[in-house]
Amino acid sequence: MLNSKDILETITMIQDEHLDVRTITMGISLLDCCHSDINIMCDKVYDKITRYAEKLVSTGEQIEKQFGIPIINKRISITPAAMILASCDNKDAVKLAKTLEKAACTCGVNFLGGFSALVQKGFGPGDRELIEAIPEALAVTDHICSSVNIGSTKAGINMDAVALMGKAVKKSAELTADRDCIGPAKLVVFCNAPEDNPFMAGAFHGAGEPDSVINVGVSGPGVVRAALAKAGDCDLTAVADLIKKTAFKITRMGQLVANEASKRLNVPFGIVDLSLAPTPAVGDSVAHILEEMGLECCGCHGTTAALALLNDAVKKGGVMASSHVGGLSGAFIPVTEDAGMIDAARCGALSITKLEAMTAVCSVGLDMINIPGDTPAEVISAIIADEAAIGMVNSKTTAVRVIPAIGKKVGDELSFGGLLGSGPVMPVSTYSPLKFISRGGRIPAPMQSLKN
Amino acid sequence: MKAVITVIGKDMVGILAKVSTKCSDNNINVLEVTQSILQDMFAMIMLVDISKSDIPFTDFADSLSRMGDEMNLSIHAMHEDIFNAMHTI
Repeated sequence: MLNSKDILETITMIQDEHLDVRTITMGISLLDCCHSDINIMCDKVYDKITRYAEKLVSTGEQIEKQFGIPIINKRISITPAAMILASCDNKDAVKLAKTLEKAACTCGVNFLGGFSALVQKGFGPGDRELIEAIPEALAVTDHICSSVNIGSTKAGINMDAVALMGKAVKKSAELTADRDCIGPAKLVVFCNAPEDNPFMAGAFHGAGEPDSVINVGVSGPGVVRAALAKAGDCDLTAVADLIKKTAFKITRMGQLVANEASKRLNVPFGIVDLSLAPTPAVGDSVAHILEEMGLECCGCHGTTAALALLNDAVKKGGVMASSHVGGLSGAFIPVTEDAGMIDAARCGALSITKLEAMTAVCSVGLDMINIPGDTPAEVISAIIADEAAIGMVNSKTTAVRVIPAIGKKVGDELSFGGLLGSGPVMPVSTYSPLKFISRGGRIPAPMQSLKN
Repeated sequence: MKAVITVIGKDMVGILAKVSTKCSDNNINVLEVTQSILQDMFAMIMLVDISKSDIPFTDFADSLSRMGDEMNLSIHAMHEDIFNAMHTI
């Protein structure tokens, strides 16, 4: 018989430590929906998404009951919308966004990602139209997420796109100022964006992906923190080992759910994203893991080292537990979505500069950070450029999801509700990068040798 | 196909009887039971065979969880695959 200690451990993880599968995301290719008439294309898009994802939510719920594991989100990711928009004579991206919203509502999913453009080297047909439409598209829809890839290690950074995105983020906040500036919370600017990421807001279904695919993102910061708390005073070698073992268990659960979903939906399994994704719930925080390791407060000196250990151990433990690993894999540090990060930001222990350093060793980037509403677009662009540079040089994914809190200043709060959480407005440098950003052009791809 | 039923809560008369009656009502065979009582807390783990069950497993899990709520106990029925996946290599 199964070991009763193991059984009770699993039950405790789920009941008390917030273990869950964060998302089952179905990737759907829309390349075969291209048409020169946008109305016909939108019909084809709606039809394909609702046909493929018809049973996604109900299947997720059945698996939840069968295994007794909460599956928090069921989501859809699509081919970057700019790629299909390119085929239309009238590139009305907002119309496409509304169609996607309708499809997302019909399927009952929590989010649909892929209102995206990949412009790391330059703008193709449809790219500019899509980027310009992002603020309005995010204001008139509730379930659509947008992402733009503006740089990569192989291509360098497209600084024209960086300048555009600073403006898009700002405008998106302005258009949703009456709803706590929710717009930019659904918009990510990437460097080295992964094509199989199941997590929002950055999920899209890359060009190299099959027609349809199931990707699963796991979670479980609470489980890791609880395991560390039980271990007591051990050295960091033992800490890393313990995190690896815990990540293995969490990921095995994700793999099981992914296999089952793939079988029931008759859609190939893509990847498991080995992530520690926090939620605003108490006990589900990545910051609290770092504090459990021995930091007084997340954001103090030592945070980057602790995060580097955590991020690496999560990957090492998870990799063996899954047949295919991908996405953003690692520890996430979204400020407003993490109870510990929110507290650290409120008390001033956590600053944007420290977060920037942390992004060099964790899986994503500057995520869910509220900044003052009067921050100029070029400062947002410069934040994006800094973050993209870290990703480009270190051959890793980085991203920026900042929310300009229109009409608010440092210390005020924004509250988005649900998994997006709430948090204080954090200060940014007020010195101007205007001339640097308005130069435009491209930052060349970096050397891959002479690593110093 | 096997499932694991766990019952955790304050000890009282008839827990085992009620859970096993629920199983037999639905043609579910109990294969193994382990239980322990630590102070007042009752923890029971039951391995059952659900292959001949006459209701869908998800309905059975729901009805057990409702019964748990009524008795102020936490009762879960979960497919054994999850434990095998998490705790064996």
